[in-house]
Amino acid sequence: MLCDFQIHNRTSMADITFRVNGSEKKVSVLPETPLLWVLRDTLELTGTKFGCGAGLCGACTVHVDGNPIRSCSTAVSLVAGKNVTTIEGLGANGLHVLQQAWIAEEVPQCGYCQTGQIMSAAALLTKTPNPTDDQITQAMNGNLCRCGTYERIRKAIHRAAGNGGAR
Amino acid sequence: MSPLSRREFVTAGVAAGAGLVIGFYLPHKASSDKDSFSPNAYLRITPDNKVTIVVARSEMGQGVRTALPMILAEELEADWKQIQIEQAGASTLFGDQTTGGSASVRITWDPMRKAGAAAREMLITAAALTWNVPRSSCAAESGRIKHAATNRSLSFGELASKAATLPVPTDVPFKQSKDYKVVGQRLPRLDTPEKVRGTAIFGLDYRMPGMKFAVLSRCPTIAGKVSGFDDKESKRISSVNYVGKIGDSAVAVVADSVWGAMEGRRVLNVTWDDGPNKDLNTAAVMASLKQAVSKKGVSLYSAGEPAKASGRRISAEYELPFMAHAPMEPGNCTAHYQGSKCELWAPTQVPQDCRDSVATAIGLDPEQVKVHVTLMGGGFGRRLEHDYAVEAALVSKAINGPVKVVWTREDDMRFSTYRPASLHQLNAAVDGSGFPVALTHRIISPSISGQKGQPVPNGVDPDLPDEAGPVYGLPNYSIEYVQTETPVPLGWMRSVYALQAGFALESFIDELALAAGKDPVQFRLHLLAKDQDLQYFTTTWHTARMRAVLQLAAEKSGWNRPLPAGHFRGVACFGCFASYMAEVVEITMEKDQPRVHRVVAVIDCGQVVNPSILEQQIQGGIVYGLGNALRAKITIDKGRVVQGNFDDYAPLRMEETPVVEVYAVPSAEAPTGIGEPPVPPVAPALCNAIYAATKKRIRALPILS
Repeated sequence: MLCDFQIHNRTSMADITFRVNGSEKKVSVLPETPLLWVLRDTLELTGTKFGCGAGLCGACTVHVDGNPIRSCSTAVSLVAGKNVTTIEGLGANGLHVLQQAWIAEEVPQCGYCQTGQIMSAAALLTKTPNPTDDQITQAMNGNLCRCGTYERIRKAIHRAAGNGGAR
Repeated sequence: MSPLSRREFVTAGVAAGAGLVIGFYLPHKASSDKDSFSPNAYLRITPDNKVTIVVARSEMGQGVRTALPMILAEELEADWKQIQIEQAGASTLFGDQTTGGSASVRITWDPMRKAGAAAREMLITAAALTWNVPRSSCAAESGRIKHAATNRSLSFGELASKAATLPVPTDVPFKQSKDYKVVGQRLPRLDTPEKVRGTAIFGLDYRMPGMKFAVLSRCPTIAGKVSGFDDKESKRISSVNYVGKIGDSAVAVVADSVWGAMEGRRVLNVTWDDGPNKDLNTAAVMASLKQAVSKKGVSLYSAGEPAKASGRRISAEYELPFMAHAPMEPGNCTAHYQGSKCELWAPTQVPQDCRDSVATAIGLDPEQVKVHVTLMGGGFGRRLEHDYAVEAALVSKAINGPVKVVWTREDDMRFSTYRPASLHQLNAAVDGSGFPVALTHRIISPSISGQKGQPVPNGVDPDLPDEAGPVYGLPNYSIEYVQTETPVPLGWMRSVYALQAGFALESFIDELALAAGKDPVQFRLHLLAKDQDLQYFTTTWHTARMRAVLQLAAEKSGWNRPLPAGHFRGVACFGCFASYMAEVVEITMEKDQPRVHRVVAVIDCGQVVNPSILEQQIQGGIVYGLGNALRAKITIDKGRVVQGNFDDYAPLRMEETPVVEVYAVPSAEAPTGIGEPPVPPVAPALCNAIYAATKKRIRALPILS
């Protein structure tokens, strides 16, 4: 039913309700609008970034019910009724341990991809609190960084996991 | 790119009144020498003891918002914790504000130091007058002026008003590097917290009330034009509120949301006049380079007479493709046209060019255009263009309201300005031991500046003087440039021509070493053994400094120690942007493809301002360079760029990223470039390692093609 609705109503608005960082939001948008643009343009949560629009770079990573997804390639209609967490809501009380680690390791250069990197890393640590190098690579390989901060990202994840930056 | 190459038409401006009634404002005096680069960095100290340093370069990840203030704060003897920074927009106060050519620190090193030192001396004078004691009994320390004899001190803020009444001293002493407390420290970058919180405002994040969003449908064929369009379907999308032609070759779709504009463009029906390039393809471009090899070139560097040298001749040709910068943040700019003025919020490396181009495009004077500089999600030279700004201004004028033009990734890939494809002819005469006694390097490439209609003095592309100099002090040595033409849009991409020149030279040197049966490091050290000063345009390259970086790279990489089975190494050294760089790349081969495990990188960039930022730039430059070497290739078919996104133009990901060890040769020389010098040695060092592993010589990039 949702699919039929999307196909036949590409040109007109629909109301969609979901939770973002703990608050309920009701938006009126083109129903196939990627979640990314609803977050950025409608809800003005610009910490989530546009990089490729095709799920190839990970800059738009957010959590839906705790799972990392590419918000550029996820229609907002698919998150109706779900819980979305963005970088703005990651640290419920101040900075998330990963954000602290990112600061301690001085990870960002331009910084554009880093919020997506942190969201991917946060999803990793939720499932795998003490990841190996291989597990980090596997979890983070979908997140591109053109400044080449990968080595410090790895260190920061280890630091947040309590390894003090050990490899 | 050359720091001097791009703003020759911009008249140096003079500060139009300080405008600050409180506090202490210290503009730098513009140089009267029109050819010199003299930014007017300035400083503001207010009675509430805030020290604000204005950064007149753009932050694209390279750390200028931290490094430049560190230089000024050092001489000022400020307390680093009290420093605040302010980003300058396009201005007439700063000279050339172009951010490029690895030049921000090297060009502003003296002006920033002078600004800090002059302010320090004025604060000392203000304190001495206040206490009625000799100046010589007062000293600046940690944001205060102290009088040790009476154990009194005043903060900078307390002295600001008095200091502001004093004349600005012109001849002030600089601190010695041994006394540095800020410069040389691993201070945390000031922009890190906002970037990890997601609150940093990049160009794409800037918002203003009533702002619309636009995407443009651009003619996919190079230099093609719009012949007509049908917007019926676009206008059925409720969010779309304007469709119109912008310039000759694009149609803009404006909507209330980015997605609405994208949807509007998706269903827009444009017919194109493909123009003169509809049959252009990459093979034709490379053929045109080959046809130019017989053309006479201009000399970039000349020692002795290479053609007359005797000895066995060895020659090789190398070629490199077009490449795209592909910064993470796609192109965008926000513009608000208001009749007699236009305001821009631009992620740009060239705020002044944006101002001037926009003024021309929409029929205003440059003074009527105000450019604010946002953070940039990477630049790598792509944001030395001003196309986004001009588009945004034109669309804003068309709809008479504020608008943000947004490029998609495909737009970025297909409508970029590309690193020029190039061809390199190397020829050497070698002596009985296999060492070259003569070397000729002919660089055959279109000129970026030439294509843009900028000056190419004496046939020398103005970037080449920073990027294609000699490494070795050979008695007969010639570097020549043959300028070609191409319709493919060209741009300055991280390290510009140094990537091509370094790849060709350092691959060839490796070929010579192996032909001589000699170790590649020892072979190079032999060529660098004699202390020589090699004058190349305005830069003097010292063989002793290159020798030192190469020796340190060999030592740190354990060059003389055996590697684990299946591991191989390659080395390269190159100088550009006045810095010396050597890299050792260690690989294994997996299914005929190299896996890079470790890179040891050594730089001599003079005084290091911030070792953490240096490490970032070198690690990042090597990741960028590896991506260039392995896969970066833009191809043209039927006049159109083939690649579109990160699937067919695939940057390096974490799984391919090696451990990069960074070392700097200790130096108190004036700082030189760090953003671009790490890039050129990567590809030849990697190809040299691949040769060591496979005995296959790669003479054309990318490696995985």
